[in-house]
Amino acid sequence: MNTASHTLDPHGAHAHHPTGILRWLTTTNHKDIGTMYLTFSLLMFFVGGAMILAVRAELFQPGLQLMKPEFFNQLIGVHALVMIFAALMPAATGFANWMIPLMIGAPDMALPRLNNWGFWLLPPAAILLTLPFVLAIFGIGDGAVATGWTLYAPLSVQGGIGVDFAIFSIHILGVSSIMGSINIIATILNMRAPGMTLMKMPLFCWGWLVTAVLLIITLPVLAGGVTMLLTDRHFQTHFFDAAGGGDPILFQHLFWFFGHPEVYILLLPVWGLMPHVLSTFTRKPIYGHTAQVWSFIAIGVLGLVVWAHHFLTAGLPVPALLYFMYSTMSISLPLAVLFFCWIATMWKGAMTFETPMLFALGFIVLFGIAGLTGLVLADVAADAQYHHSYFVVAHFHYALFAGGIMGVMTGVYYWLPKWTGHMYSEKLGKTHFWLTVVSFNLTFMPQFFLGLAGMPRRIPDYALQFAEFNAISTVGAFILGLSQLIFAYNVWACVKGGKKATAEVWESTSGLEWELSSPPPYHSWETQPVIKAN
Amino acid sequence: MSTASLPSPRKHARLVVKLLLLAAVFFGFGFALVPLYDTICQAIGFNGKTLKDAIAAKDLPPSAVNYSRTLGVQFTATLMPGLPWEIRPLEPAIELHPGELRTTRFLVRNLSDKTIVGQAVPSVTPTVAARHFRKLDCFCFQQQTLAPGESREMALTFIVDNEIGEEISELTLAYAFFLAPNPS
Repeated sequence: MNTASHTLDPHGAHAHHPTGILRWLTTTNHKDIGTMYLTFSLLMFFVGGAMILAVRAELFQPGLQLMKPEFFNQLIGVHALVMIFAALMPAATGFANWMIPLMIGAPDMALPRLNNWGFWLLPPAAILLTLPFVLAIFGIGDGAVATGWTLYAPLSVQGGIGVDFAIFSIHILGVSSIMGSINIIATILNMRAPGMTLMKMPLFCWGWLVTAVLLIITLPVLAGGVTMLLTDRHFQTHFFDAAGGGDPILFQHLFWFFGHPEVYILLLPVWGLMPHVLSTFTRKPIYGHTAQVWSFIAIGVLGLVVWAHHFLTAGLPVPALLYFMYSTMSISLPLAVLFFCWIATMWKGAMTFETPMLFALGFIVLFGIAGLTGLVLADVAADAQYHHSYFVVAHFHYALFAGGIMGVMTGVYYWLPKWTGHMYSEKLGKTHFWLTVVSFNLTFMPQFFLGLAGMPRRIPDYALQFAEFNAISTVGAFILGLSQLIFAYNVWACVKGGKKATAEVWESTSGLEWELSSPPPYHSWETQPVIKAN
Repeated sequence: MSTASLPSPRKHARLVVKLLLLAAVFFGFGFALVPLYDTICQAIGFNGKTLKDAIAAKDLPPSAVNYSRTLGVQFTATLMPGLPWEIRPLEPAIELHPGELRTTRFLVRNLSDKTIVGQAVPSVTPTVAARHFRKLDCFCFQQQTLAPGESREMALTFIVDNEIGEEISELTLAYAFFLAPNPS
């Protein structure tokens, strides 16, 4: 890939913007907004993490020690909503804001002001979601949403004010995500450097393009679903009330029409960045660029038509069960193509194991376990046993912690020197990796066994036979949670100072983003680079 | 500074409008799923939903009673929370031939000292049998109002039509009785 050399933009040196808090409130700069998304994400990661550590503390022993079951129910549901909507999604959007303009040679996002609004909707939404906890302390209402993140009717129709807060929070988060997605699609389709065809576009941008389309298709359906829930609760409609001619199963369809693609929404940006990392640290070009692009698209399309495997036990008739089983299993084919390409990229490469590479390798192994256990759950006959058990909890944490969060950490370590201009501490990074990967397995591997033995999820108490595995899982969870403080410190220290990073940062990189200085000037690519044809 | 290669704001605007329309279409799709879901469930009998309206005797599929086949039909009734009633089928299980017109009764009693309106919601298992369960008259077609302490026998007249699959020998009709949400 050859470009005109505009490495240092003359305007970058004297970027004029307000200082202090006004800079962050009013900024339309993609790098500033990316930084805000990532900071917000890190903060909410610890909020959601603290909630689940309280849950694991309660589950350390059988019996009820620390909290009432009602509060336990609130913690698990809000933990999930915070982690998905306020930690993982903003982290991916932060990546997109920072990296997409740099990677495609655009001076900024297509719609910078919309970008600012998109971010500033997030803090109010997070406050709405968690406010009922605080209100309950003052005797108002009965706490946050206690239905689990799935908000299933009729439980959510009967729930307290926490459900209303969650509904409005989801509306705001949805608007924010749709604004972000529109912006990303407009940037990718309209602002690529001359000569960068869609098929030459970096895979990270491709992953995000598919994610953005999925968000625009599925989030409105969730918004519609929770709006129906709201009118059922307050305006005497009966969308989900059987006595009034409605159907509670309908809510499950509406929810999972969004909820299943949401898994790919969270993972596609990570799948997009993986090949870049693997290629850098094996000093080889990415294997199968085109195959990976088509796999992303195939997974996006298939992901839209398999939702009912989340409620195979709800009483679906056999033909529907068979359809949802086979279609779900067919997703493993494009996913296997991705795994193959990742391994083939590394094959016979000159590998080194810097922190981003360690996280990438950890991701591949652990996310592979998520995929294989997902196949077990997709099996109608097996699912009858595993549904709503700890097996499911373990499965989706392998997908969303090892796949999602460790994927995000891969990206953070990989791009942090580019963003800050400093190298992070490799020693702390490696310590963080090993503590994370060991304690993650210590936390979630026992949950597979608990699920196989029949322990149901979402309960604060359990039978004595589950005590040992739960104790191990809780110890693992606390090590896992505390290890993330190393990550936060490492990022903080890297922002503050450290060894200067070069423009290339790593020994073997390719792509426009590495041609800019580290950190890139405040305004970059004001003159677009030109990609010459091969 | 050369920005000649950057797209005009109008190019962005056109794309943004298209994407907003896409979002609006799928917001509508969510609501369209409500009637669609009902229609699909009734058409293929998913979810065990029986037809909501009575079928007149003259509209019944023309079929003689098939005496060579006997089906077991079980009736159950469940009270949902908030309804202080008692309900039970007078015949928990019957045997009949496909195409045979039958009437069965449920006994219902209001245990409270208030007038209460209830609504029965039917469901057939196995679900594929639902569309062969044809009701000529059913107490579930209307809300039922019971005075304090009143008890009543409620009738259900139906046939199981001749097209019911050969593999089915036994079916269950379950009623869930709800406190009526909007007593009319």
